[in-house]
Amino acid sequence: MSHSQEPQVTVLPPDKEKIKKLWTVAGILGVLTALEFLIAFTMPHGSLKTAIFVGMTIVKAAYIVGEFMHLRYEAKVLLWSILIPMVFIVWMLVAFVYEGMKFSEINF
Amino acid sequence: MAHTSATTVSPGRSVWDGGVSPMGASYGKLMMWFFLLSDAFTFSALLITYGLVRSAHDAYTGTVEAFTFSPEYWPIPEKVFEAVPFLHGIELPLVFVGIMTFILIMSSVTMVLAVEAGHRMDKKAVEKWMLWTLLGGITFLACQAWEWTHFIVGTDTPTLVKDFVNGAWVTKEVTGATLSINQYGPSDFAGFFFFITGFHGFHVFSGVMFNFLIYYNTFTGVYERRGHYEMVEKVGLYWHFVDLVWVFVFTFFYLV
Repeated sequence: MSHSQEPQVTVLPPDKEKIKKLWTVAGILGVLTALEFLIAFTMPHGSLKTAIFVGMTIVKAAYIVGEFMHLRYEAKVLLWSILIPMVFIVWMLVAFVYEGMKFSEINF
Repeated sequence: MAHTSATTVSPGRSVWDGGVSPMGASYGKLMMWFFLLSDAFTFSALLITYGLVRSAHDAYTGTVEAFTFSPEYWPIPEKVFEAVPFLHGIELPLVFVGIMTFILIMSSVTMVLAVEAGHRMDKKAVEKWMLWTLLGGITFLACQAWEWTHFIVGTDTPTLVKDFVNGAWVTKEVTGATLSINQYGPSDFAGFFFFITGFHGFHVFSGVMFNFLIYYNTFTGVYERRGHYEMVEKVGLYWHFVDLVWVFVFTFFYLV
């Protein structure tokens, strides 16, 4: 039975190298999460521990956005259009947490 | 890439004068990126407000071993989230959340493999990887349903909490959590748990719906007839973003 109206589709073979790279990224994300677990139960609570967690989270985020979401390979103007507005988030974080720490000193 | 846009610009005109794609991406993909940027602001607002309210409360100062729930200080997350289904009474801090994180990362990987298959016009492979992605998303939602139930029902031993009832302060035994009172710590703690994981969970739910739509359209051959699988890419961006947000929620709500 032939479908004459069906379009001719050429299926390309899997790009082995690309797929291998994706699994490598997945492996890195998995290892980083496992490391976070290790640190969570071996290090005493404090600002150093928080700093390490934040750093590892940013590395994981960079891999997800850069590789999985393909942003690293997009046009530079698109990359910066997405990344530059992030300074607002950084500012909001600094300002709000600073205010939060001052809250306890205020006598309402 | 399925779309190739003209890159030649006539003399005297810039790439921004129209007719070309200066950002090298289709309209739909660009709009998905900018929507995700705005969504990142929304999630940041929630997480940063969490940071503000948490730092405005007293922190627990004793040892981790001696920790008990009290509305006087912010709880240590690993002491709150330590239950795993079918293992009642066994303290396994953050194990279940770790499993959920793993599930979501894996479903992000299968999504990116679906996108890769789409570039090759491989209908069967797109279907296969979309089904795995759907399974990951649905499993994550099921895990979250369990976690919420456990959080709402609470542990075996209640906490004494002061509550304002009918114009007078009363001390009562509380198990579990509602939006106004909970056994784990200050009232805001449960509020943030419900809002942050709930808002993220709703994104996962929408993502599962979109993923199903993509699977359905692939199955019925819509994208094959269209000649490209760019919709898989666009919904893929959304799905990766949901994973990205979870990475931040995991760190700032459960680990720190």
